Amino acid sequence: MDKRVLLIEDEPNLIEAIRFILSRGGWAVQTHSDGATAVARIRESRPDVLVLDVMLPGRSGFDILDELRADPDFTALPVLMLTAKGQAADRERAERAGASRYLTKPFSNADVLDSVNALMAGSA
Amino acid sequence: MPRGALTGSRIRDRRLAAGIRQTDLARAAGISASYLNLIEHNRRRIGGKLVADIARALGCEVSTLTEGAEAVLLAALGEAAAAGGQGVDEEPAEEFAGRFPGWAKLLAERHAKVERLEREVEALSDRLAHDPQLSASLHELLTAVTAIRSSTSILAGTEDLDPAWAARFLGILDAEGRRLAEGAEALAHYLNRPGAAEPAVETPQEEVEAFFAAHGWHLPELEGGAGPAAVDALVAGAAELTSSGGRHLARAAALRYAEDAVRMPLAEVEARAVLGAGALAAAFGVPAEVALRRLALLPEREAGLVLADAAGAITFRRPVDGFPLPRHGAGCPLWPLFQALSRPGVPVAAVVAMPGDGARRFRAEAIAAPLAPADFAAPPVFEATMLLTPAGADASAEPVGPTCRICPRETCRARREPSILGPARR
Repeated sequence: MDKRVLLIEDEPNLIEAIRFILSRGGWAVQTHSDGATAVARIRESRPDVLVLDVMLPGRSGFDILDELRADPDFTALPVLMLTAKGQAADRERAERAGASRYLTKPFSNADVLDSVNALMAGSA
Repeated sequence: MPRGALTGSRIRDRRLAAGIRQTDLARAAGISASYLNLIEHNRRRIGGKLVADIARALGCEVSTLTEGAEAVLLAALGEAAAAGGQGVDEEPAEEFAGRFPGWAKLLAERHAKVERLEREVEALSDRLAHDPQLSASLHELLTAVTAIRSSTSILAGTEDLDPAWAARFLGILDAEGRRLAEGAEALAHYLNRPGAAEPAVETPQEEVEAFFAAHGWHLPELEGGAGPAAVDALVAGAAELTSSGGRHLARAAALRYAEDAVRMPLAEVEARAVLGAGALAAAFGVPAEVALRRLALLPEREAGLVLADAAGAITFRRPVDGFPLPRHGAGCPLWPLFQALSRPGVPVAAVVAMPGDGARRFRAEAIAAPLAPADFAAPPVFEATMLLTPAGADASAEPVGPTCRICPRETCRARREPSILGPARR
């Protein structure tokens, strides 16, 4: 069965690039762009790994992660958070919220693929 | 032949110029005509003995066929791929450059631009925690940089990239490159505009400045002999003063204002303001710095005021449109304010102008004076005061800047650190 990753990100060009990289890495990639409806999409999709941006329209990635971690069904879901370089407070917040890993923009393609693969390997 | 042409293209150009058929050159070089055809269209790498044989057959030096921008371009593509975190073989990069030289050049240029902008973003990152608007702008830039970096890496590092995907990612590069340029320009503009997009008040000193700004930089309650009780009442009722540090500094500044107002009564100063700070100081029998402060804080008067301690730290700022004052860090070493600090007691005056075409001119008058009367038990502590008033547009002006980090005067003799902006237009 395909490994499934759900990417919650609102930048279309970034979505395109990350989807390309992960698809070539053997992942079935689903995407979602709205923060307000992200939790419902995650519950419906039940991905193997979640890639979650911090700054989303409607709701922040931190709030989404807080709600997920409060749900026993999603406490173990591997989550890779995307934050911005230089925003140390974001990284600390991501750790507190229960992110499994985080990447700071501008990250490389290899960073994304390696992180998602590592999260999958760790959860297997 | 264009200097940037690839080796295969150069061989083809040389051969055609010499009137040699492809078959004949191939035979002379000991290879098949079809292989030479691939070489000439930059579809095969060439080097070593083969390029030497071809050069000999064409009657030219090997360097004529191989030296130039090709190596630079390939190196730039390699750097782009490496920065993207993906290893890329030399051969596909060379083939990419050969088949799409224009796009390869664009990609290399975009990569260079991303590198430069990443350094700029790094330089600005220390302000992220202090300014929400900057934080949002930088997030926007970083997202664009990430999309460019990722697309560049895919283009340079994917050997079997479908042409439709290549076109897609080139489109992304183009769009994100423009977004990055516009975002960087908007950010630089924002940083250069004190007063526009007012940043949040963060420090006690900024509270004091917000307090004075809320009163139009003039305190009528403290004119005509107001005592400490009036100062305390004014400070206690100020919504801008939210910290004990802010209230402490504001009280000191307001007390000084009240003392200055006694020494130089408002009506008399307004009547004789045209005389200038030096003549006013003499007329009222006060030190020059008192006259500078008083002239800067008259009602309805366009003026700037900057105070600095002996370490050069700015302790008070009244901004004036056209003379940006740095919110963090040091000012420009060329300001008369700092020249005054090196010559305490000596008045320093100059007409100055910030960078940029059409920048306003200001007459800057500064003096450094001891904060307290002379004391044989301790060395004096100086404070510098600078008044800024608009000068005529035709006045010749000394070039100054806001602060090195956002000053575009690249070759300035007083520069202490590189600017995050490009060079000035003049």
